[in-house]
Amino acid sequence: MRVEIEIRNLNFYYGGNALVLKNINLQIYKNKVTALIGPSGCGKTTLLRCLNRIHDLYPGNRYEGEIIFEGRNILSKEVDLIELRSKIGMVFQKPTPFPMSIFDNVAYGLKLKGIKNKKELQDRVERALKEAALWDEVKDKLNQSALGLSGGQQQRLCIARAIAVEPEILLFDEPTSALDPISTGKIEDLIIQLKDKITIVIVTHNMQQAARISDFTAFMYLGELIEVGPTEKIFTNPEKKLTEDYVTGRFG
Amino acid sequence: MIKRRKIINKLALFFCFLTALWGLFWLFFILVDVIRHGLSALTPTLILNDPAPPGEEGGGLKHALIGHALITIVATLLGVPLGVLGGTFLAEYGRNLKISRFISFLADIMVSVPAIIVGAFVYAVFVKPIGHFSGFAGAIALAIIMIPVIVRTTENMLSLIPWTLREAAFALGAPYYKVIWQIVYRGAGMGIFTGIILAIARVTGEAAPLLFTSFNNSFTSFDLKEPIASLTVTIFQYAMGPYEEWHRQAWGASFLITLFILFLTLFGRYFIRRRLKS
Repeated sequence: MRVEIEIRNLNFYYGGNALVLKNINLQIYKNKVTALIGPSGCGKTTLLRCLNRIHDLYPGNRYEGEIIFEGRNILSKEVDLIELRSKIGMVFQKPTPFPMSIFDNVAYGLKLKGIKNKKELQDRVERALKEAALWDEVKDKLNQSALGLSGGQQQRLCIARAIAVEPEILLFDEPTSALDPISTGKIEDLIIQLKDKITIVIVTHNMQQAARISDFTAFMYLGELIEVGPTEKIFTNPEKKLTEDYVTGRFG
Repeated sequence: MIKRRKIINKLALFFCFLTALWGLFWLFFILVDVIRHGLSALTPTLILNDPAPPGEEGGGLKHALIGHALITIVATLLGVPLGVLGGTFLAEYGRNLKISRFISFLADIMVSVPAIIVGAFVYAVFVKPIGHFSGFAGAIALAIIMIPVIVRTTENMLSLIPWTLREAAFALGAPYYKVIWQIVYRGAGMGIFTGIILAIARVTGEAAPLLFTSFNNSFTSFDLKEPIASLTVTIFQYAMGPYEEWHRQAWGASFLITLFILFLTLFGRYFIRRRLKS
């Protein structure tokens, strides 16, 4: 197993002074699914959002420590965020289709990368939609607005959009919490298939989901990483009492 | 108890209905009056002819129509880009700056400044130094009235676009200007466009700022560096004048402006719908 991302002594401050992540040390393995679990407000989404530095959009946010990806610290000032984000994609809690056609949604990231050739765009959009298990449902209406799709379809569209640019890593922030069980099932299957190509980090509130799809699970509580390990071990034989209490539903 | 609530509900509904009726009554009263008087004045000569000597039949408002169109177009060209860009700054790049909130506040005040003050302002800083009235001065005055309206609508419409949508674009590696241009404007385009249309519609009906700036002209002119006629100032002049023919033409001009604003609104809606479909 190769380490894709290594988080070392990470502290994170919101708005300049509120410390919300405390000394996080975590390794994320290549082509595995790593789940971040923990009660609301434990910092799991905050941690996820450090990995593509989306926190930089808001003033006063501050990182300390290191996140090593491809041999360099992505928290350093010199990192080109545009390049970083094209390698580390993200899927959000609520579907975020852009107000444009289905085709243009998936092609958006490709066009940002400077791909203008029509044939290549079509091929890659089709491939991404197939990988996102959406192609059959939308192949006849690629030019219609993406806003007309159902919630589950929109979320798979967002996944297609994210994988079209062939990222190394894909971050999922509670991708199914706004969806019905059938759509959730489809997206879970998708995530398991995607890990052959892409390293996946997923934040989830749903512990069954973490157990079903992840290889590794990290349990967080009050901004600290309590325990991390193979998912099976975390759910059946955790080392810390706190982890056990949480995964057995005694609190949270 | 429930019965009492139902009665109160009915009463509240009734009063809402009454107030709506009250507003609509005056609206239709004015509209019907404009149409009644205006329609009879609306002849080809009204549109195609220059004014006849005072009191004589057969004159028209060609000079005012052309002047009005020119002033409005130039005002739109000046006001829309500035307004949209200003609103974009407030909602996007400058959203966390204290000065942005201050500017928004000022724009809100500007929206309700009486138009005649804007006219006097442009008179002082533009007309007086140059030494004579001009169409450009009129266009600047109208643009100054438009800008705060468009700034505020743009700002409001942009802030309605959820941040997660911008984040999603950023997460794909988009630079900020592309996020604004390709995602945010697309989502907010309809609202911004409506704001622009409303701003144009608002300045189309202004007379006071033009009195101090573009003033008037009895002949057709395409030269915005010189005084130029406008429908609203002409209405003002003709309605105050002693001749029956002038009054008739003033009604005709009122009708034309009303019609223009109506078409502007309809065109806006049609355009929006077509864009949404494509």
